[in-house]
Amino acid sequence: MKLIFEKSVPGRGMEYLPKCDVEEVPLPAGLERASAPKLPEMSETDLSRHYTELNKNVHGVNCGFYPLGSCTMKYNPRIDEEMAALPGFTGVHPLAPKHTTQGCQEVLDTIRTSLCEITGMDDMTFQPAAGAHGEFTGVLLIKQYHDARGDSKRKKIIVPDSAHGTNPATAAMCGFQVVNIPSAPNGCVDLEALKAVLGEDTAGLMLTNPNTVGIFDENILQITRLVHEAGGLCYYDGANLNAVMGVVRPGDMGFDCIHLNLHKTFATPHGGGGPGAGAVGCKAHLAQFLPKSAAMEEPGHIQVRSFAGNFLVVVKALTYILALGREGIPEAAQNAVLNANYLMSKIKGTFEPAFDRICMHEFVLDLSQFKKETGVSALDVAKTLIDRGMHPPTMYFPLIVHEALMLEPTETESRETLDWAAEVFRQLYDLAHKDPEYMHNAPHNAQIGRPDEVQAARKPIVRYQP
Amino acid sequence: MSNFIPSTQEERLEMLRCVGVSDYRELYRDVPSEMYLDGGLNIPEGMSELEVGRAVSAMAAKNHVFPTVLRGAGAYDHYIPSIVKYIPTKEEFLTAYTPYQAEMSQGILQSIFEYQTCICELTGMDVSNASVYDGATAAAEAAAMCRDRKRTVTLISAAAHPDTINTVRTYCYGTGSELRVIPAKDGKTDLDALKGMLGADVASVYIQQPNFYGQFEDAEAIGEAVHANGSMYIMGCNPVALAIMKTPRDCGADVAVGEGQPLGMPLSYGGPYLGFMATTAKHMRKLPGRIVGQTVDSKGQRAFVLSLQAREQHIRREKASSNICSNQALCALTAGVYMAAMGPEGMAQAAKQSMAKAHYLAAELCKIPGISLKYTGEFFHEFVTVMPKADDVLKALEKANILGGLPIEGGVLWCATEKVSKAELDKAAAIVKEVYAK
Repeated sequence: MKLIFEKSVPGRGMEYLPKCDVEEVPLPAGLERASAPKLPEMSETDLSRHYTELNKNVHGVNCGFYPLGSCTMKYNPRIDEEMAALPGFTGVHPLAPKHTTQGCQEVLDTIRTSLCEITGMDDMTFQPAAGAHGEFTGVLLIKQYHDARGDSKRKKIIVPDSAHGTNPATAAMCGFQVVNIPSAPNGCVDLEALKAVLGEDTAGLMLTNPNTVGIFDENILQITRLVHEAGGLCYYDGANLNAVMGVVRPGDMGFDCIHLNLHKTFATPHGGGGPGAGAVGCKAHLAQFLPKSAAMEEPGHIQVRSFAGNFLVVVKALTYILALGREGIPEAAQNAVLNANYLMSKIKGTFEPAFDRICMHEFVLDLSQFKKETGVSALDVAKTLIDRGMHPPTMYFPLIVHEALMLEPTETESRETLDWAAEVFRQLYDLAHKDPEYMHNAPHNAQIGRPDEVQAARKPIVRYQP
Repeated sequence: MSNFIPSTQEERLEMLRCVGVSDYRELYRDVPSEMYLDGGLNIPEGMSELEVGRAVSAMAAKNHVFPTVLRGAGAYDHYIPSIVKYIPTKEEFLTAYTPYQAEMSQGILQSIFEYQTCICELTGMDVSNASVYDGATAAAEAAAMCRDRKRTVTLISAAAHPDTINTVRTYCYGTGSELRVIPAKDGKTDLDALKGMLGADVASVYIQQPNFYGQFEDAEAIGEAVHANGSMYIMGCNPVALAIMKTPRDCGADVAVGEGQPLGMPLSYGGPYLGFMATTAKHMRKLPGRIVGQTVDSKGQRAFVLSLQAREQHIRREKASSNICSNQALCALTAGVYMAAMGPEGMAQAAKQSMAKAHYLAAELCKIPGISLKYTGEFFHEFVTVMPKADDVLKALEKANILGGLPIEGGVLWCATEKVSKAELDKAAAIVKEVYAK
């Protein structure tokens, strides 16, 4: 497929703007560009067709099954898009006088109240633009808390080795030393390992529950109590909230602050990698440390991005929450869990779950034995799934399972889709025993074959050059 | 029937049986009973789509949307072509995940590669990342990438956007790095003060061009002073202005960042926006965030992949310089479409007309006795007026459906873009004149 620059023809373009109706003013001497930027020059016809062509080679959750573990690829409702596109929202300047933006404030107040109730928190900010951004904000609450108490000894954040890579990276960005603790054989927090590292230098613990192998840690109250007794705070990574929303509240599990991924649990679209929104909630003792915009609200607080955050994304999440309501929220979680267990039960007998027990909203397949038998890796299986029209599950995560494939179907999949997915996995299991070579070279029917990632890193070409 | 959950009651019972449990509670057997909620979430009942549409639309209706916007300060009301609004609504682009599986996502990866190329063209730089959250975080990430073991201090101009300063301050607080603010003089970074602040511990200097007050900074002179001290130079730029302005590369910047909202994103009460980051080849491996690279596939055809991932959090974990895991993909797509639709000519027009309209407005306002420009320097499309009776002026404008300039300390910060017609500007000036005639 040609790049847009390869389709560009000098002199082509559209008249989107009228002629200037006031006198032009030249730039001050010495400030002019040396030469015009080489941006594409296209007619709208060709522009439109270029993006149509690009679009053909993209796969979204609204187009097909997308069981990416830990990403909660649930259907993105169209009504959410319609609401976020209302001119009454898109046309509002963030610094307009407050009496003219009461609708935006009502959106934020309403969603704050609902999400505090759902999560068991007392206050919440919507300023963070993504999950990792929310993690950063949440850990900064912990940092400010200890700084305010003059407790400078607390330099360590405890992170289980099953955690998402953003967790330790976030702790480091907040100036903390990361203490990794190994997981117990059942994938949960090893209580003895935790006790061994708790002390006067503990600032806090970062945890997700259910954890990254899809298991609810039944010792959660004990875990948060131990950390509190040591003087630390507990941060909840809300990536897996879809398993428990409306069924269990992080606040009731003993967490002091949390982040949510509105683009996972609350159905806002992923957009190919953003924009999301990483709402951060906290208990009352941390509320004073929440971020605020100096320009929009008041100075003197931390701030993680300009203005109030990804407001239109928040509108989508609010629309979703209002639609589901009191009964719909726990119903979504319960059926996410049911769908995952159902899919797992249909695949079992071929690929083996890493933990042969009831799971939460996602489960991990361990392909290490399968790889020994057939030579076919988790990567090969994932690439062959592409040929079958299914987006592959998450590969090689969490790190505590080898040759891992993590599947999260979500509640918005029908039984037929789950049955079909299980059948595809069963077929690939057989194929690996019959024709492993085919799978080593998959995908065969996609737009491209496997890309040479080594060359991409060694000889980086990161822009088009004419 | 339940919203967005296909399974019927019968199907659910069957599936529970397949799994080997009798009810949902059994699936949650590991949840201690004291925390298991059995109904009773204290939020309102769910709604049908018709009711939800009404409820949220009612909230939107409580906002006053101004057809004429004369306020900027980090959020700019540029004209957005229809096609730029439309393309990011296509379902595939909208509902896809991050393009980790390159074979299934060449469309996204190529669109990001094209966006990266356009940002390089605007800034004069060699490499751009796939975007970060916004201009303020781009500044903070740039400051972080410039720090090393010897040099850890960041200097930031007081003439930068207050939210940028506060965000950089927050990120510096996180890593325990020092941030010092360079004072402004007559609405611009005080070059003499800056020279006095440059020491062996300074990793980087950040200025905004044009700055928060709309003023053009002496970008090259500042760059020379920064480099003479062995520090790195970060310029926060307006991407529409760059269509006609000397590139940050030509001004000596090592890193160019900025707020990409003017590239096709509506005002949206502040978000989602877009942070762009670009740098020279020398510093490529320090750049945080996603980068899309070109390679070949197993058949030798051109292909695009997420590249240089060894910089990132999923590989380096606590050793990563940033925890950033995503970009603002759909906003980067929007920006790419805007830059392609407008092209170099269209963007130059948007820039020139914004500048022309702002100067026209400034001239008309300053004809009114009592109103004058606060700063003596040249400006792009924003300017500050000394304006007693600012409250009365803004109220009168509001009554006429015009969002006037932003009241700041010592004056009012006005903005005009290509979207505002001469007639609207004349109307605004006339209203202000009337307020002063009283």
